[in-house]
Amino acid sequence: MQMTLAEKILARASGKSFVKAGDIVFCKPDTAMIHDLLGPVIFADDFKELGGKIKHPERVVVIADHSAPPATVEQANMVKKTREWAWGNNVGEFYQFKGACHQLLVDGGHISPGNLVVGTDSHTCTAGALGAFGTDVGSTEMLGVLLTGEIWLRVPESILVNWVGEFSLGVMAKDAALKTIGKVGHGGATYMAVEFGGSLIRNLPLDERLVFTNMAVEMGAKTGLIKPDEKVGDFLDSIGKNDGEYFISDDNAAYREVLEFDATKLTPTLAAPHEVDNVYPVTDYEGQVLDQCYIGSCTGGRLTDFASAAKILKGRKVSKKVRCLIVPASEKVWREASKLGYLDILAEAGCVISAPACGACGGFTNGVLGDGERCISSSNRNFIGRMGSKKAEVFLASPMTVAASAIAGMITDPRNFL
Amino acid sequence: MKPISGKALKYGDNINTDIISPGAYMQLSIEKQAEHAMEGIDDDFTTKVKFLDIMVVGENFGSGSSRETAPLVLKANNIKAIVAKSFARIFYRNAINIGLPVVELDTSSIDEGDELVVDVLTGKVENLTKGEEYQGVGIPSHVLKIIEDGSLKAYLKNKARQ
Repeated sequence: MQMTLAEKILARASGKSFVKAGDIVFCKPDTAMIHDLLGPVIFADDFKELGGKIKHPERVVVIADHSAPPATVEQANMVKKTREWAWGNNVGEFYQFKGACHQLLVDGGHISPGNLVVGTDSHTCTAGALGAFGTDVGSTEMLGVLLTGEIWLRVPESILVNWVGEFSLGVMAKDAALKTIGKVGHGGATYMAVEFGGSLIRNLPLDERLVFTNMAVEMGAKTGLIKPDEKVGDFLDSIGKNDGEYFISDDNAAYREVLEFDATKLTPTLAAPHEVDNVYPVTDYEGQVLDQCYIGSCTGGRLTDFASAAKILKGRKVSKKVRCLIVPASEKVWREASKLGYLDILAEAGCVISAPACGACGGFTNGVLGDGERCISSSNRNFIGRMGSKKAEVFLASPMTVAASAIAGMITDPRNFL
Repeated sequence: MKPISGKALKYGDNINTDIISPGAYMQLSIEKQAEHAMEGIDDDFTTKVKFLDIMVVGENFGSGSSRETAPLVLKANNIKAIVAKSFARIFYRNAINIGLPVVELDTSSIDEGDELVVDVLTGKVENLTKGEEYQGVGIPSHVLKIIEDGSLKAYLKNKARQ
């Protein structure tokens, strides 16, 4: 019987030899990730009332990243409550102010190929770049996972998105991810798994692949997946934790739909306010005056992102009309970007480098937007009110486009600086 | 579970979680957050809910974040049920888990203010104002028990007692 990658992982997680799309299965997650916004602050009392015992504490990772570092007393109290709960319940790992949860799960070796990862954050699908099934759950559902070690899931149909060809100058994974979302639509993959394949994806480094799986949820998907290969193996070897199961989809696995994209034809792309599927070539919006340029988040704050931004900003200056904020996705990314000189280049150019965290992406800390302000960001959502004021506008684009726009103080095609 | 009666409060497609439950207020209590529900597109939401208590919406309701505060702030505003053309999956699960009934249905012919009777289990919605009846999709059978118990917490508590 033929299975997709998504079906194989859920078969393993539910202890079955075969599952198919539409089946309801009870699964045992390998990793349960909880963050400061939607974790103990919501369920701690109920957890206690229900016996207060985690079924598999070693599988639980708790991360303070949304209110990090805290900007208000309320946020500090959220982090405090999260920390006390994590330490009091002997969870597998607790991180505070070390970065955004999805990157910390990768950096810390909490995701192995073939795993089922559940998290209280919609971008838990990021895990799919390592061949793991990552999906988001609410706080109450997480409470159930903690107490029982199980969760029911409907096995999703899969859409296969094949990207072939190579990027031309000035084009990155973010452009391709936005292009895909523009085509599939805001809710086009609801309840489904989106598997990304093709020669382009195979040739991309892991940190660019993570952009595709991270943004799968912006099409409504339950998870995003990429076939795990030697690049995933090399990374896991480098952190000394290569212990997964490298499932791949069978040749005749059933896909609901197969979409083909050619990277060669792709130009720098953006999503205009206020939907992620509101996708156009950057040239359509060139000249729109900006207040803020933001390079960071679990979507656009990794090493390749800063290397690319540094390439554009080297020897140039950020316009005095805007502020350009750099928010590395994790402490590890911060250190590597520093070691390779990227942070120096960005600072020389006039960028402001912040602590690794969720930052302003969700409107929490470090650079939220005021009324009527316009921002271009390498993050993942441009919804009304997402980065602060409901009267602000957010454009989503690649780190190269954001960097180029920072120099000009207005939306700018990065090819002008390459 | 008894059918739910109320009046329709209508919105369009793609109402996301940043509109329903803006991130900027998530450090506050649910009651305080509820005062800001839907303010991105409707400043009068918290007034309207005093008269209109069944949300009737379009496609992809609740897309975006996994924040459970989205259904929670609607419930805190006395929304009794949500009828949508389609739901984002995480909102759908969260709504069930916190005990906010959801029904999938073609909502095109329902107007704001229409008096509705929603049967969550069968997915049937009666429009008393227009004298019409619509057949939608109710709660799937495997999660029926959660809704009947009121929420996943109540369900887990009952299970622990048994």
